[in-house]
Amino acid sequence: MGVKLLLEKAHVENIRLYDVYRREGGYRSVEKALKTMSPDAIVEEVKKSGLRGRGGAGFPAGMKWSFIAKPEGVPRHLVCNADESEPGTFKDRYLMEFIPHLLIEGLIVSSYALGSNDTYIYIRGEYAWIVDILEQAITEAKNNGWLGKNILGSGFDCNIHVQRGAGAYICGEETALIESLEGKRGNPRIKPPFPAVKGVWDRPTVVNNVETLSAVVPIINMGGEEYAKIGVGRSTGTKLISACGNINKPGVYEIDMTISVEEFIYSDEYCGGIANGKRLKACIPGGSSVPILPANLLLKTAKGETRYMNYESLSDGGFATGSMMGSGGFIVLDEDQCVVKNTYTLARFYRHESCGQCSPCREGTGWMEKILHNIECGKGKMTDIDLLWDIQRKIEGNTICPLGDAAAWPVAAAIRHFRDEFEWHVLHPEEAQKRNYGLAHYADPIHVPV
Amino acid sequence: MSEQPLFKVTIDNITIEVPAGTTILQAARKIGGEVAPPAMCYYSKLQGSGGKCRTCLVEVSKGSEKDPRPMPKLVASCRTTVMDGMEVKNITSPKVQDARAGVVEFLLLNHPLDCPICDQAGECHLQDLSYEHGKEGTRFEFQKRTFHKVDLGDKIQLHMTRCILCYRCVFTADQLTKEREHGVLDRGDHAQIATFIQKNLQNDFIGNVIDVCPVGALTDKTFRFKNRVWFTKPVDAHRNCSNPDCCGEVQLWMRGDEVFRVTARKDEWGEIKEASNGKTGWICNECRFEKKDVKDWVIEGPTKVNRHSVISQGHYVGVTKPNETFSAVMKGRDPKLLMDIHSVSEVNKPNIELSLLDRPAHSTDFNQS
Ligand SMILES: Cc1cc2nc3c(=O)[nH]c(=O)nc-3n(C[C@H](O)[C@H](O)[C@H](O)COP(=O)(O)O)c2cc1C
Ligand code: SF4
Ligand code: SF4
Ligand code: FES
Repeated sequence: MGVKLLLEKAHVENIRLYDVYRREGGYRSVEKALKTMSPDAIVEEVKKSGLRGRGGAGFPAGMKWSFIAKPEGVPRHLVCNADESEPGTFKDRYLMEFIPHLLIEGLIVSSYALGSNDTYIYIRGEYAWIVDILEQAITEAKNNGWLGKNILGSGFDCNIHVQRGAGAYICGEETALIESLEGKRGNPRIKPPFPAVKGVWDRPTVVNNVETLSAVVPIINMGGEEYAKIGVGRSTGTKLISACGNINKPGVYEIDMTISVEEFIYSDEYCGGIANGKRLKACIPGGSSVPILPANLLLKTAKGETRYMNYESLSDGGFATGSMMGSGGFIVLDEDQCVVKNTYTLARFYRHESCGQCSPCREGTGWMEKILHNIECGKGKMTDIDLLWDIQRKIEGNTICPLGDAAAWPVAAAIRHFRDEFEWHVLHPEEAQKRNYGLAHYADPIHVPV
Repeated sequence: MSEQPLFKVTIDNITIEVPAGTTILQAARKIGGEVAPPAMCYYSKLQGSGGKCRTCLVEVSKGSEKDPRPMPKLVASCRTTVMDGMEVKNITSPKVQDARAGVVEFLLLNHPLDCPICDQAGECHLQDLSYEHGKEGTRFEFQKRTFHKVDLGDKIQLHMTRCILCYRCVFTADQLTKEREHGVLDRGDHAQIATFIQKNLQNDFIGNVIDVCPVGALTDKTFRFKNRVWFTKPVDAHRNCSNPDCCGEVQLWMRGDEVFRVTARKDEWGEIKEASNGKTGWICNECRFEKKDVKDWVIEGPTKVNRHSVISQGHYVGVTKPNETFSAVMKGRDPKLLMDIHSVSEVNKPNIELSLLDRPAHSTDFNQS
């Protein structure tokens, strides 16, 4: 059994209720932080812990916190990103639904560290029932003196507000989230200025993921250095992985980042192997935006070393032969899955979710979807594959926010690793409607146009 | 007054000094010519504009004197401020040219290319952009996105099909009018400019959205289909407008004595010019839509139009007629007849003196004899 820091208590009966959560040791970190530590000391502790953002980019949380501007007389805000809309990612939902007080506890400590008297949880609109769970947890915390004015006599005031989104993926991007929180259209802002300087209502703001902020609780309880001992290299602590697809046991798992990908997929403690005795074909290891990997590159790096479930190992080999940890949405595809169809589905998603501000993303995502649709339903041409490559290349890096990249990468990776399958679709349009390409050659090195 | 520090910036190997806080685009415009990147969404008079169309992307090959590292990605020059010692590549960067070709292709992807029936033709920034950076063919083999035309009140028409979602009109409506009635609905490639829903725009200054629109998506209904811009002659004029926010300085687009259209005055980048009284050059709806009589205006003279513009055809400014006589030009030599057309062609009958016709020659002129 690996270490569990976040979900250890998630299945204690009635842990959603304050009394149970408190009895199980909840809110200790708030006591420790507010009574014995200065805000700067907490930031230091988080820095020492090596905690990296769990929302996708993996930016060190302590470093992000230390960037927040502190102009005299201007309020600062902490915003918790609970918009979780990335296909394949459902870990925040699990955490908030089963152990909501953990997030509230993490938010109080983090708010204290950052000097945020009004902290916001921006939650995905579709998580309607979780709003109630969070509101109840906040009320309970307030009734017991963990929120409100002068918490624990420390002189620190804090309130937490829950704001529902309206169902747009793009509002998970931190600056779009800020716009949306302000009541505007959720268009990402052009950076700089960064939120740490000008965020919500032009005030210094830190946006962090639900899991990142929850992880602050064990960090304060055990100390940053102890936390950093869990895991490996720059992948410290534990990570929630939401596993789905053709596996025996889909669900949310807390892992310490030392286990191998192979162990994660096949061991009974985690995914329990591929469903129905099928074979593994490919996997998108970090949520829909990250590059898909064929089985051989997933389990072993290009150098032939074992691949592990951590930030460094998953990105080993760059985009040519690696992928990313991303937000921890682990999507497994067995031999019966069609990569072309899968790529088309993703392209459709990004086309639908682009905010439409910048031309490469607005027009490019729609174009890629149309071409992929053609290939998928047997109307594709050989030149379409190179055209797709060229389109994704012209989107990537040329947009305002990373959604453009997120739309480009899955297409690029699918063509890079599964070009033969695309070609087969084009050359055998009728057969491709009836059967799947299967596993053949998926492991071969494939020519990639540059 | 404290002196603004001056920053040295090198764009396409040309170095200039600009005040701190200047954007790369503004610095490049100071150099002018080809070095200035094309800009479809940025508008210096509209706060917050720019960064969207991505046509102005440039490569920063050296960040600054202090931190010489190049920037990892291409940056939108309209929203990136210069640093001291910065080195920028625009036309000298193959990466920029490649990305820009991509952006132009994206912008034209769903554009109807109906220039022959579009009122904006001749003064359309997208037309210029595609002429300069576009390709002849398209790789897009699907049906284009279309919208119905919508009237925004009785003076302005919105034809979303042509829109490139530059947001300029949204900023204009936001910053010039008291109540914003104009915004973007939906998202992605199905996003559209709209007044919720098909509301009349009645604000005094809403007409300016026509001037800021880089394409023919917002057009003046009092002018639509009346004339092609290059057949009209732009003339600078002014009147004493009673609206305190209106600068009263305009361009009249005339043919003979008839005023076909009134617009704000534009500078060489296609943006509204600052008026001589210091106001930003926005004009009110009354000046724009109601004052279509020459008598309403004090005419200042012909507008200077860039000679590369199609609008300048037929009325070049700054062209002088030579005063010398023909023989002076020939320095006393007689013109030499190289070939007598009549000796090689049957078409021109020698008995017809074309120079005597007071109209263009017609085939019937040749049938007479
Ligand atoms: C299109 C897009 C969608 C995103 N969606 C989410 C999301 O749903 N949840 C999240 O935590 N971060 C999301 N992010 C990442 C955020 O922008 C931001 O990096 C993150 O909230 C920072 O928190 P962290 O440092 O704790 O990871 C998204 C980013 C992009 C570009
Ligand atoms: S990359 Fe896409 S989602 Fe992001 S700002 Fe541009 S259009 Fe919007
Ligand atoms: S209508 Fe014109 S000004 Fe408005 S967004 Fe579209 S192209 Fe830009
Ligand atoms: S002009 Fe700079 S992005 Fe449009």
